[in-house]
Amino acid sequence: MENKEALVNYCLRIGDSSLVLAQRLAEWCSNGPMLEEDIALTNISLDLFGQSRMLYNYIAELNGKGETEDSIAFGRNERAFYNVLLSERPNGHFGDTIVRGLLVDAFNFHFYTQLQNSKNETLAAFAEKSLKEVTYHLRHSSEWVVRLGDGTEESKEKVQASLNDLWKYTDDLFEMNEDDIVLVADGIAIDLTAIKPLWLETVTSVVKRATLTLPENGYMHKGSRKAVHSEYLGHLLCDMQYLQRAYPDAKW
Amino acid sequence: MDNQGDVWEVFIQSKPGLAHKHVGNIHAMGKEMALQNARDMYTRRQEGTCIWVVKMEDVTSSVPEEDGSFFEPANDKIYRQATHYVMPEGSKNI
Amino acid sequence: MSDLDKFLKKIENNVKIEPKDWMPDGYRKHLQGQMSQHAHSEVIGMQPEGNWISRAPSLRAKVILLAKIQDEAGHGQYLYSAAETLGKSRDEYINELQTRKAKYSSIFNYPTLTWADMGAVGWLVDGAAIVNQVSLQKTSYGPYSRAMVRICKEESFHQRQGYEIISHMALGTPEQKEMAQDALNRTWWPSIMMFGPHDADSARSGDAMKWGIKVESNDELRQRFIDKTVQQAELIGLTIPDPDLKWNEERGSYDFGEINWDEFWAVVNGDGPCNDQRIDHHIKAHEEGRWVREAANAYAQKNN
Repeated sequence: MENKEALVNYCLRIGDSSLVLAQRLAEWCSNGPMLEEDIALTNISLDLFGQSRMLYNYIAELNGKGETEDSIAFGRNERAFYNVLLSERPNGHFGDTIVRGLLVDAFNFHFYTQLQNSKNETLAAFAEKSLKEVTYHLRHSSEWVVRLGDGTEESKEKVQASLNDLWKYTDDLFEMNEDDIVLVADGIAIDLTAIKPLWLETVTSVVKRATLTLPENGYMHKGSRKAVHSEYLGHLLCDMQYLQRAYPDAKW
Repeated sequence: MDNQGDVWEVFIQSKPGLAHKHVGNIHAMGKEMALQNARDMYTRRQEGTCIWVVKMEDVTSSVPEEDGSFFEPANDKIYRQATHYVMPEGSKNI
Repeated sequence: MSDLDKFLKKIENNVKIEPKDWMPDGYRKHLQGQMSQHAHSEVIGMQPEGNWISRAPSLRAKVILLAKIQDEAGHGQYLYSAAETLGKSRDEYINELQTRKAKYSSIFNYPTLTWADMGAVGWLVDGAAIVNQVSLQKTSYGPYSRAMVRICKEESFHQRQGYEIISHMALGTPEQKEMAQDALNRTWWPSIMMFGPHDADSARSGDAMKWGIKVESNDELRQRFIDKTVQQAELIGLTIPDPDLKWNEERGSYDFGEINWDEFWAVVNGDGPCNDQRIDHHIKAHEEGRWVREAANAYAQKNN
């Protein structure tokens, strides 16, 4: 396969985004506003861990160098992670987590909808499975944004602030680089410029139902395509990779 | 108002064609949250194809003190059971 | 026949008591205490295991641990819901937990210091809980019994995952083996304390047995747990930290050493290593969730 490297990078981007967001959502365990919500958030986290594992295994297979899902997850430093910037944002309060969820879920929904048509059969099958999961994630986050936006004055104020704060990381979702160009030409990857209006439409309709205001487009942070991250990612990885790094010879 | 929400009784259909069966309850604020919470609580192991949720306060139950007047009158009406009837020797498919 | 006679006859004939049935006040109170303690234990028990989710050493171990803790949240919910049928709301039960009027299993007041503790907790703590819960499936209160049946079905993988973790470590590198033995050393005694005081010292056990809430005594259940666990430790080369542990041919059971009841009561009464941390964590999450619950309630009132 000629464009193997591009394909590997592409899979890393999707897998890393799922992994990092899953790791973040798992932090909610025993911290949710209700027992039922603890279960809901960890369900989403489990789906996302599952997605990252599928892609890491695929990458290992593509590379054929004896890597495993774990060596890929635990063996790379922050400058080799390609997760979108939104995924590493700290959980903040429940509203921050929910808004981050909405912005990512809406992206994933349209992304996987289109990726189902990828000429790469593995990616197409992966997208089909993932779409079912993210459709539910989007429903979960959308309904919560509506409840919080149209709930009390306090909740409206909080969740509007979450939306305003996180908005500046949304353009990063749609960044494309040379890998995209090569793979789009092959019919493997998705032209992200095409899904941006779909994403905006979904987000806008939820924001409207939630009686919130869509933020103005100001300065946008980017960098995930070049593995340039916030400081938060390093700490997340430190935690996640600790045992594998401290005991490299051990099998668990 | 801060509380854990209403209690909703949860009914799950485990396969198409089967009746919805009561499995327990969950707390939720509103119908959509009740459905989602029921889904996350009771179908994590592929237990279901359809979920009903009903607010507990909307369920009316008979009470044990009425056991006698409610259920015992059915005891002597065994003619409602198919096994009550003796079919002629040799009859089939009935 | 008096209400009490009818009630006792049902217990005698193994007919379950249901929420709307008449029951003695003491029966209701005992159940409220026991079931809420059980529910709180599931919920507080999420914390010591949750301590290792972010650091699980493989993606497989991570999702298994997360799924297991999630089950525990679910089991807490089933138990609160069964306890609510006794005429007390989950809000009231939670309030009793946070004001320390209610107890939960003291085992969760010990810290989880290494990954091997995830093994020891699953293997020993869930193992002890399962012995207790299997027995409680036969409890006389219908909603409690049904919750136990469901919980036992779901928990079948919990103990196995713990044993898998600790056996990999016990058979792994010297450092791993050391962590495994250390976890067993720290977890063994607290796990066998989980069954509660000796029958002779257990004040409320008598009523609980008479009313069919408990079907087997603390000492019977503790013995069953020890008997089945010793072989599992030996198989993976770990030593149970009890010099008096010895097979008793005559009884067909293991004899074991004296439990440190001073430690047990100290932890029960709030002086375990993590009592404050666990309750503070619970209160913090609850307080931080207040505005969310309020918003959801306000929204539901406008839109239902």
